[in-house]
Amino acid sequence: MNPIIEIDHLSFHYPDGKVALSEISLKVMPGEKIALVGANGAGKSTLLLHLNGIFEGSGQILIGGMEVEKKNLGLIRGQVGLVFQNPDDQLFSPTVYEDVAYGPIYQGLGEKVVREKVEQALAAVHMSDYAGRNPYHLSSGEKKRIAIATVLSMQPRILVLDEPTSGLDPRARRELIELLRELPQTMLIATHDLALAENLTPRTVVLDQGAIAADGPTAEILADESLLLAHGLS
Amino acid sequence: MRELFRQNRSIIHQMDARVKVIFTLAFVLFLSLTPFNAWPAYILFLTLILSAALFSRLGLGFVLKRALLALPFILAAVPLIFIGPPPHITLDVFRGVQLTYSPEGLGRFASIAVKSWISVQVAILLAATTRFPDLLTALQQLRVPKLFVAIVGLMWRYLFVIVDEVTRMARARTSRSATVPGSHHHGGSVSWRAGVTGGMAGSLFLRSLERSDRVYAAMLSRGYTGELPASDTRPLSNGDRQLLALGVVLLAMLWLLGLFSGG
Repeated sequence: MNPIIEIDHLSFHYPDGKVALSEISLKVMPGEKIALVGANGAGKSTLLLHLNGIFEGSGQILIGGMEVEKKNLGLIRGQVGLVFQNPDDQLFSPTVYEDVAYGPIYQGLGEKVVREKVEQALAAVHMSDYAGRNPYHLSSGEKKRIAIATVLSMQPRILVLDEPTSGLDPRARRELIELLRELPQTMLIATHDLALAENLTPRTVVLDQGAIAADGPTAEILADESLLLAHGLS
Repeated sequence: MRELFRQNRSIIHQMDARVKVIFTLAFVLFLSLTPFNAWPAYILFLTLILSAALFSRLGLGFVLKRALLALPFILAAVPLIFIGPPPHITLDVFRGVQLTYSPEGLGRFASIAVKSWISVQVAILLAATTRFPDLLTALQQLRVPKLFVAIVGLMWRYLFVIVDEVTRMARARTSRSATVPGSHHHGGSVSWRAGVTGGMAGSLFLRSLERSDRVYAAMLSRGYTGELPASDTRPLSNGDRQLLALGVVLLAMLWLLGLFSGG
């Protein structure tokens, strides 16, 4: 089986010259769920924004064998569903329905197909009753689910989530983790929430100052107290 | 988004901010009071501001390029070309297509365009040679209402935050702007896109409103009473006063020249 995400020697620096990512290489197999952990400023979000070509570093990224480059970006963005940390950045329509429909409408699909995809996506996050609501007035947990639905409606093969549990109360957090466990997509989750990694993702990648510091089974990494301490995670 | 201010130690940078603020206002005032078609005066006004730009070591290009910001506002004066005072002249543009314009109106339009372009240059020079906090202090020392100064200061502070927010929203939208294999038809209709952009603007507005509530609550909880701490009101030095008087007299002379040479 071929990897669904293949990152080869990816480096990136900000316009001011500060190094954000250095020599990242990572292979992800279809269906894998991976936690990407690291202290603030370790480069987690920057790495995620490379996966659908919002940022362009040096090195190579393949998504399903397709190189992330200008001419493929349209297709790649349909395959990599990026869920941002703050749902308010992602939800901008007057109703939940319109927000979830954005992706399919942009893809130029017919009205009937769009409706089907929206209904499927809302059902997948257990929010079918919310189609007519205004996203602005939902709770954080509900907004998070809708934000996930807005990318599920494009039927991506990969879900990339940035800090999905931040700002959620314990119940909303538990329900979100349940939801993520149900979804069949390959997942890359940037998080500080080590308990999420323990519960959900068999594999963990530790990022520190833009480089991969460790990559292995979650149980082993979480058991290594000195490793966690050295990289600002404990 | 980046600040306009450029650090260096030129004479203009080191001048008292109050001198620069008053001079800038006087410059814009005299220039706008100069009548239409006073081209010799406009040229001298431009020379004055370009010399200041050279003295500030920002370079001519820095100010000239950024002054193109005035362009969209100049559009508002375009109708003058066609509805200016008589006589009107009719031109045959292309096989029976005729265009009627007023030469006097054209002159007025050109004057407004040049005046706004020069005025924006002087404002840019002020912003690029004065640190923003110094500018606020200067406004306060010049007895601009404190509330107004506070509003300008907070606007400056949160403008950058809001620009960040806009960047993140645009990124989130780009991430969902995808295509399906084998289809060339994508992007949605123009009216739908306009609707989406409108939705984004509305959501940004709501978020800014909420942010302002939170910021205000945080200010109150740190003892804000609507009064900013008083700044020291050191009087202008004699040298500064002389410099300012010289500058304003120079502007008045250019204006007088404009009165005689303009139409």
